[in-house]
Amino acid sequence: MCLGIPGELVERLPEHEDLAVVDVSGVRRRINVGLLADEALAPGDWVLVHVGFALSKISELEAQAVLDYLNGLGQAYEDELDALRASDIA
Amino acid sequence: MRFVDEYRDAGTARALATQIAARCRPGRRYTFMEVCGGHTHTIYKHGLEDHLPAEVNLVHGPGCPVCVIPMGRVDDAIHIARQPDVIMTSFGDMMRVPGGEGSFLDAKAAGADIRMVYSPLDALKIARANPDRRVVFMAIGFETTAPSTAMTVLRAEAEGLANFSVFCNHVMIIPAIKAILDSPDLRLDGFIGPGHVSAVIGCQPYEFIARDHGKPLVVAGFEPLDILDAVHRLLTQLAEGRCEVENQYSRVVPWQGNRIALSAMGRVMRLRPHFEWRGLGFIAHSALAMSDEYARFDAERVFDLPGVRVADPRSCQCGEVLKGVLKPWECKVFGTACTPETPIGTCMVSSEGACAAYYNFGRFSREEMRATSAGGPLAEEASRT
Repeated sequence: MCLGIPGELVERLPEHEDLAVVDVSGVRRRINVGLLADEALAPGDWVLVHVGFALSKISELEAQAVLDYLNGLGQAYEDELDALRASDIA
Repeated sequence: MRFVDEYRDAGTARALATQIAARCRPGRRYTFMEVCGGHTHTIYKHGLEDHLPAEVNLVHGPGCPVCVIPMGRVDDAIHIARQPDVIMTSFGDMMRVPGGEGSFLDAKAAGADIRMVYSPLDALKIARANPDRRVVFMAIGFETTAPSTAMTVLRAEAEGLANFSVFCNHVMIIPAIKAILDSPDLRLDGFIGPGHVSAVIGCQPYEFIARDHGKPLVVAGFEPLDILDAVHRLLTQLAEGRCEVENQYSRVVPWQGNRIALSAMGRVMRLRPHFEWRGLGFIAHSALAMSDEYARFDAERVFDLPGVRVADPRSCQCGEVLKGVLKPWECKVFGTACTPETPIGTCMVSSEGACAAYYNFGRFSREEMRATSAGGPLAEEASRT
């Protein structure tokens, strides 16, 4: 739960302004972007996701660096992705 | 060589290691605490300690949210989970944390309805889908996670959900650092500040550490290079006679933190007068409870709790490990009676716990170190390239 994982914003959901779809290592899930309401977020932007909430907007370069780091973690990142796969935020 | 292979930039790592060594005054010992369990994980995973000069000693701090939950709170949560019609929801990390009467996993095996969730918003969804059940979210975590709980409660309020509540165990990093600074057990020269917590609280709350306690703090990212860079910045400050809060992780951490997150926490939660931390004891104003305005979402008021204080097992030295006084391998039961499969203490449960991180990675790197030449793997790699 302590990990921050990078997700690429795929689409905003007009029916709920706080929700957006992100792609995290090929897993597409809805997350809450309400904590970043001060930022302009658009598809193609990268965010750091923590327990279903976007915590920070990050650059694509940073996202790639974090992904490399997470892939190196092995099981801890696998567990986090499994948890994300089971998530169904609405 | 594992250490170098896993680096994005082995050359930069080597250069940093050389610069770190050059910054150390021979014979002086520098003790830095990495507050955050994520940093501990990186340090052991990459064997960073083996590549720092002998003068630099990294000690591990209390920044593992699973590790600091006292056993009595686990028992209280299990008590709630056993009430009629209750669905208890929790992050997976909590499932194996031992209370005085077993863990969530044990309670689940005995029939309690305890479900793992990725997000508090998943717990909210379970509440919506089960209007005849009472759904409780076991909220743990530092300021990184507390805003997510707060935002979820605001959402529950907006939807008028009456069957959702939060068992709030959110803790705050600044009072824990204060407690460590006031503890006579440990002499520290500086801190590696937590990354994700700082994305929420910003860097200003740390300024008293530099100003009042005369110790530098560098907020750092989680990659091996980030941590080496933070150590170098700390040593540079000390060498130049400076004492400041620096933000090494500005690519994620804004100096001012996250306004929306802080305001959601402030609205939904209030400071507790005191809270018990596993191993650290009671710390004043160190944790959050639900505010009076949101009392109907507060599991502590919805349910009657036993609230019994449970002492840690006598053999467990998590407290000393959490304060950085003991290294994991110095604990009496480390790796023998206490392993990730059968943990006695919380530090062995979470992957961010110092003991689990050391058990999984560190001991191999120490064995590797002993097997290599006196120059160490870095020197060996440098001579090869």
